[in-house]
Amino acid sequence: MVRSPQSPVLSISGLVKDVGPLASLDGKMLRVVSDVSLIAGRGEVTALLGPNGAGKTTTLECAQGLQRRSGGTIKLLGEDPASAGADLRSRVGVMLQDGGLPPSAKPVPLLRHIAGLYANPWPVEDLVERLGIDTFSRTGVRRLSGGQKQRLALAAALVGRPEVLFLDEPSAGLDPQSRALVFDLISELRSSGMGIILTTHLMDDAQRLADYVYIIDGGRNVAEGTVQQLLQREPAVDSGADHVRTLVFEAQPGLDVSAVLPASIAVAETRAGSYSVTGALTPAHLAALAAWWEAMGIMPAAMSLQARSLEDVFLDISGKDIR
Amino acid sequence: MNGTGTAAGSAPGNGLAEAAGGRQHPASLLRRVLLQGKYEAITMLRNGEQLILAVVLPLLALVGLTVTPFLDGLGPSRVNVAVPGILALCAMSTAFTGQGIATGFDRRYGVLRFLSTTPLGRGGLIAGKVLSVLVVLCLQIVVVSAVAFALGWQPVAAGWLPGLVLLVLGAAAFTSLGLLVAGTVRPEATLAITNLLWILLGAMGGIVIPADRLPAAAQSIVHFLPSGALGESLRDAFLHGALNGGAALILVLWTAIAGAAAIRWFKWN
Repeated sequence: MVRSPQSPVLSISGLVKDVGPLASLDGKMLRVVSDVSLIAGRGEVTALLGPNGAGKTTTLECAQGLQRRSGGTIKLLGEDPASAGADLRSRVGVMLQDGGLPPSAKPVPLLRHIAGLYANPWPVEDLVERLGIDTFSRTGVRRLSGGQKQRLALAAALVGRPEVLFLDEPSAGLDPQSRALVFDLISELRSSGMGIILTTHLMDDAQRLADYVYIIDGGRNVAEGTVQQLLQREPAVDSGADHVRTLVFEAQPGLDVSAVLPASIAVAETRAGSYSVTGALTPAHLAALAAWWEAMGIMPAAMSLQARSLEDVFLDISGKDIR
Repeated sequence: MNGTGTAAGSAPGNGLAEAAGGRQHPASLLRRVLLQGKYEAITMLRNGEQLILAVVLPLLALVGLTVTPFLDGLGPSRVNVAVPGILALCAMSTAFTGQGIATGFDRRYGVLRFLSTTPLGRGGLIAGKVLSVLVVLCLQIVVVSAVAFALGWQPVAAGWLPGLVLLVLGAAAFTSLGLLVAGTVRPEATLAITNLLWILLGAMGGIVIPADRLPAAAQSIVHFLPSGALGESLRDAFLHGALNGGAALILVLWTAIAGAAAIRWFKWN
């Protein structure tokens, strides 16, 4: 599958990254990325999906110029990030997995400081309001919740009005409200023409956000396509699970959904307020669920029914579970 | 560019359209470094522990050395012998222990990596740190000198120029050493190493107590330590108005060696 977005912001070809030498390998180098290639376009969300340790973060950090690659080529906005100057860095926003925020800082002064590094930053007041940071603008970073920290880190990545935005595990630690806010903003930024590249090990993040998905495992590409294309792949083996479907819906956390469905249907609250119902679902099951929602006064915020999930696709390709 | 600036100003409610439009540029290098220097200096001055290390302990040491007879017989008055060493101690507090600990924890929390992806970059980040050390050191010199004058300090007027140059050289050497430690070991280890060395070098490194008051075994090596070189040369400057070229050279060598080692081995994550 060869992909050629109209206007690529990032292209990586044959990326190799060795780390070490490591004492645990008798002083040998460890190859953490052996062959990753990808293209990300303007006005698109490109997702790198894979289990922890697949090489997603390393790939991103090579693209951001934070790590030196051992082989392959990378072009970020037409330049090699390894030798990039302040000019290129001013056009690229980065949200790291661990945030990168000083614990003693206060959100608004920190954002003002970072904004000062750009010629034409996003007005801090506007950004603070958009991301709901105004509710904790005077609280030190070390006392913020996970979701608040993520929103602040996103604001710090956006304050320079980047053309390219890197998000490493953007939904990590987000409560349902923060997640909705952050996802809406990401969609809006995409519409404005920003090229967004994110990593995630969460299938539903990729399913909900990504225009194009690269599945990475063991330091190399194993599959790619739009979410639809990936879901339509033929299963590698006939698992006999033709009738198995998954219903995913979002509502208030803590519901006992299993009470209204037979034991043969598996129910899980995969994240607070996000439920996945898997099994040989029939219209009767859906009717029972809908009747229960009505009786309980529940209106799901989002809902989708899938014959297969990206999880199944990943299982097919790699022969193992992503989690 | 003015064009994009005006557009941003007229529609502050919608920063999104701008993201796709005009190309972003970094603020000038000078502005970036000045901003980072200011930000780090304010952060240091707001940190209670850093302030104790940077100002309170040196002032206590100054008063202690002025009221006790440790330094008797080394110069015209106790305070005249004590002050140059206290100024040297200030440089070590801020540049080595203070900046070392701050950088170690910034590294742990990914702050160094994040800032190096902004227009500031790694070079700007280091320049900002050096600038913040110099700003805090200037404030320390003002406070210590004011207290010292109140205690009857009479420095040789010709000592100020060499004295200030040596303080900058000392700050450079200690900043290089602090960054070397912060960039190569865990932040908890940085905390332990820089605090321990502050106490050891402060007491036995020839910084506040001149080498000839130390045990014989220590005397021979103290001259080659950055602490001894800075302490001795500042006493030469403020007591005799002389520039100790040998000590200045030792400070430059420490800066070069520690700086090169830091560039070689500093780990950003």
